[in-house]
Amino acid sequence: MILDGKCPTGPIEKTWDKHRFDLKLVNPANKRKYNVIMVGTGLAGGAAAASLGELGYNVQAFCYQDSPRRAHSIAAQGGINAAKNYPNDGDSIYRLFYDTIKGGDFRAREADVWRLAQVSNNIIDQCVAQGVPFARDYAGYLDNRSFGGAQVSRTFFARGQTGQQLLLGAYSALSRQIKAGTVKMYNRREMLDLVVVDGVAKGITCRNLVTGEIESYAADAVCLATGGYVNVFYLSTNAMGCSVTANWKAYKKGAYFANPCYTQIHPTCIPQAGDYQSKLTLMSESLRNDGRCWVPKKKEDLAKHPNEIPEEDRDYYLERKYPSFGNLAPRDIASRAAKEQCDDGRGVGPGGRGVYLDFATSIKRVGADTIKERYGNLFEMYEKITDEDGYKRPMRMYPAPHYSMGGLWVDYNLQSSIPGLFVLGEANFSVHGANRLGASALMQGLADGYFVIPYTIGGYLATVKPGTVQTDNPEFKKSVEDVQNYSKKLLSINGKKTVSEFMRELGSLMWDNCGMARSKESLEENLKKIPALREEFWKNVKVSGSGADLNQDLENAGRTADFLEFGELLCRDAHHRNESCGGHFRTEYQTEDGEAQRDDENYCYVGAWEFKGDGKDPELHKEPLRFENVHLAVRSYK
Amino acid sequence: MSDHKTMTLTLNVWRQKGPKDPGKFETYTAKNITEHHSFLEMIDVVNEDLIKSGKEPIVFDHDCREGICGMCSQVVNGVPHGGQERTTVCQLHMRKFKDGDTIFIEPWRATAFPIIKDLVVDRSAYDTIIQAGGYTSCHTGGVPDGNAVLIPKPEADYAMDAAECIGCGACAAACPNSSAMLFTSAKVAQMAALPQGKAEAGVRVKAMVEAMQECGFGNCSNHYECQAACPKGINVKFIAKLNREYLKAQF
Repeated sequence: MILDGKCPTGPIEKTWDKHRFDLKLVNPANKRKYNVIMVGTGLAGGAAAASLGELGYNVQAFCYQDSPRRAHSIAAQGGINAAKNYPNDGDSIYRLFYDTIKGGDFRAREADVWRLAQVSNNIIDQCVAQGVPFARDYAGYLDNRSFGGAQVSRTFFARGQTGQQLLLGAYSALSRQIKAGTVKMYNRREMLDLVVVDGVAKGITCRNLVTGEIESYAADAVCLATGGYVNVFYLSTNAMGCSVTANWKAYKKGAYFANPCYTQIHPTCIPQAGDYQSKLTLMSESLRNDGRCWVPKKKEDLAKHPNEIPEEDRDYYLERKYPSFGNLAPRDIASRAAKEQCDDGRGVGPGGRGVYLDFATSIKRVGADTIKERYGNLFEMYEKITDEDGYKRPMRMYPAPHYSMGGLWVDYNLQSSIPGLFVLGEANFSVHGANRLGASALMQGLADGYFVIPYTIGGYLATVKPGTVQTDNPEFKKSVEDVQNYSKKLLSINGKKTVSEFMRELGSLMWDNCGMARSKESLEENLKKIPALREEFWKNVKVSGSGADLNQDLENAGRTADFLEFGELLCRDAHHRNESCGGHFRTEYQTEDGEAQRDDENYCYVGAWEFKGDGKDPELHKEPLRFENVHLAVRSYK
Repeated sequence: MSDHKTMTLTLNVWRQKGPKDPGKFETYTAKNITEHHSFLEMIDVVNEDLIKSGKEPIVFDHDCREGICGMCSQVVNGVPHGGQERTTVCQLHMRKFKDGDTIFIEPWRATAFPIIKDLVVDRSAYDTIIQAGGYTSCHTGGVPDGNAVLIPKPEADYAMDAAECIGCGACAAACPNSSAMLFTSAKVAQMAALPQGKAEAGVRVKAMVEAMQECGFGNCSNHYECQAACPKGINVKFIAKLNREYLKAQF
């Protein structure tokens, strides 16, 4: 089937304004008759719940953490992009649009990206009004820094905690609505099923993580803002609780999963130190404003203290390979370059999986105090984890899974292939194409939450009679039974291996065979090994405790079971896409100098997978991508 | 991976089935721990052993494991987050301990934070305090340009110092009065310092202080234990700011 993204046509700069006008409205008195479910309360979900509540809708919001303030958006460090052009360096909405399309390696929709660039400026204003303490200069004006993939300074930041401050801004707006009674907040709830009645999304089934009770919630529309899935690699920069579960349950109820093979491996993370490790920690891309990446030119220098290696024996490989962007090359390119150096036997630190990120030049230029003011908390975090002082010796970095560009397929209105189901933020696939530029995730989450869904959901609700389905509908009862049986099954296996042993095994299969580099052979190996591992899981997993109270082992078992299914779909998608683009690098498809080689003739489309039943092959649907404003070209940062 | 000497530690961990059940310390041995394990990864190791031997693992809150989400919450040897300066327990590393050490691990203890299970407590009281007024009442859309109102760097920095609070609850857990003054004052001070928050400063401080008292937190008697325990180094000067704002709001 050829999918239609329902993108508006005409001059790109008019598309969103025209579309907003064309959308139907729900009048203020009628809004309170509609119920909306919001799953996830990060930047996208928190902003959306607050904005919809303020508009007058009845919102029920859910998060698995103990408070909406803890969503993993909080961990974003470096910043948020906007096309304000405050530094007068040539930025514009058009340039942000262009950079994002190119940065995504021409695998995103033009209209969606235009809208993102257009509303980016409103986001900064909104956050300032909320009391987000962005960095400012002494005269009181907002400050900017640079991020990868752009030659202008358009990134706004709050020290190294921009995500935290933006999330707390959204959380404060949400708190105000909770107090006002327009949003009812459900903490410590995990969505375990989507309830679809007559083909339309009408509610969710949740586990109350404290009491273990399986609960039903009905609404006129359901929004998922449930984040990304890179914990499928086990070790990633995501929080421990991040999972594909909500999205996967929606997929199994008919929502198409788009481009799952587009995963972002972030170039600067603290290298793994041991097999016991539970997660990896990112060091903000902003560090590459002042830090220079290098490895020794000579293998015999690997054992030396880095400060003893003379300048002429260092290979500043990003500056060498990409002179015009240098250390601020985009993430996919910087990650592959780091891997290339390590594969060449010139990686530093344990196992030779590391490159140096060196601040010596900048410290000499601007002083250690300035560097401390810019990145102090990051240096502190680095020291806590590694016991090394980044001011005195270069940091060691290695790429790690960080973000998923793929996600549930949505049309221009953020509506999935199931009517009434909307998907926001990282959980959808819409704007980053095959690679996301730094400081764009925060921008997308807040754009979707504050400035897109409040309009587009109205266009849908205006066509629906409110309150037609309640939780007494048989579909809800059936869903609760399904979820209960699933939990019982997990608890009854009582095998020999723990949940985390399975998750680690899956993670290493994904990382080794479907990580920074993939090939037909490696993917075929995974397509055999993952189903076998899944089968073993259902025969031999040991889940402790009961379903009747707080049971983190059971929570993890459910998430792992879903990753064991999803990992196969990710590999299937990577296997079908016979090209390299952005974060999807197939070793068979590369240029002579090792850059990604796209195949626009055959793969210039969004690949969206439809679930056809357990044990059956999913069906691939295609949405062709058209580039009318930015011309398809080889992406170069040289 | 790398060849490190390992440690063996004795853990005394608070186990409590539910809010109304009596709790008690159970003793466990943590083996094969390296200096690079984080404190929570050390508990992961113990939990794997517990699961394999058919026992229930220790339940504890955690999520980001990089010191920013505020979810982790353990009192280690009597000190919330374990006593390393400006460090959450998830960022505490085992190089701070020695082979053979005995470690006591407990949940936050404060009337307003009832225990749910083992080391997990209910911190919704902090949400209640924010809901009472920890925001500016701006609408989505319809706000001025970000540069329309200038905020000189020292004021922006002061607001940011306060805004770093992660809402973990260590301040109340460390306080002999179980006071939430440091938490509440951080938000009050951030908002009162910014022009965007000034309009509602009086209403806000009164509402938030009232909510804090209703939630069952005690008052501040200047012990400064909160500042010592705070993983983000939030300064008690913000409590003084709260008191000034509170007094101003009375007239």
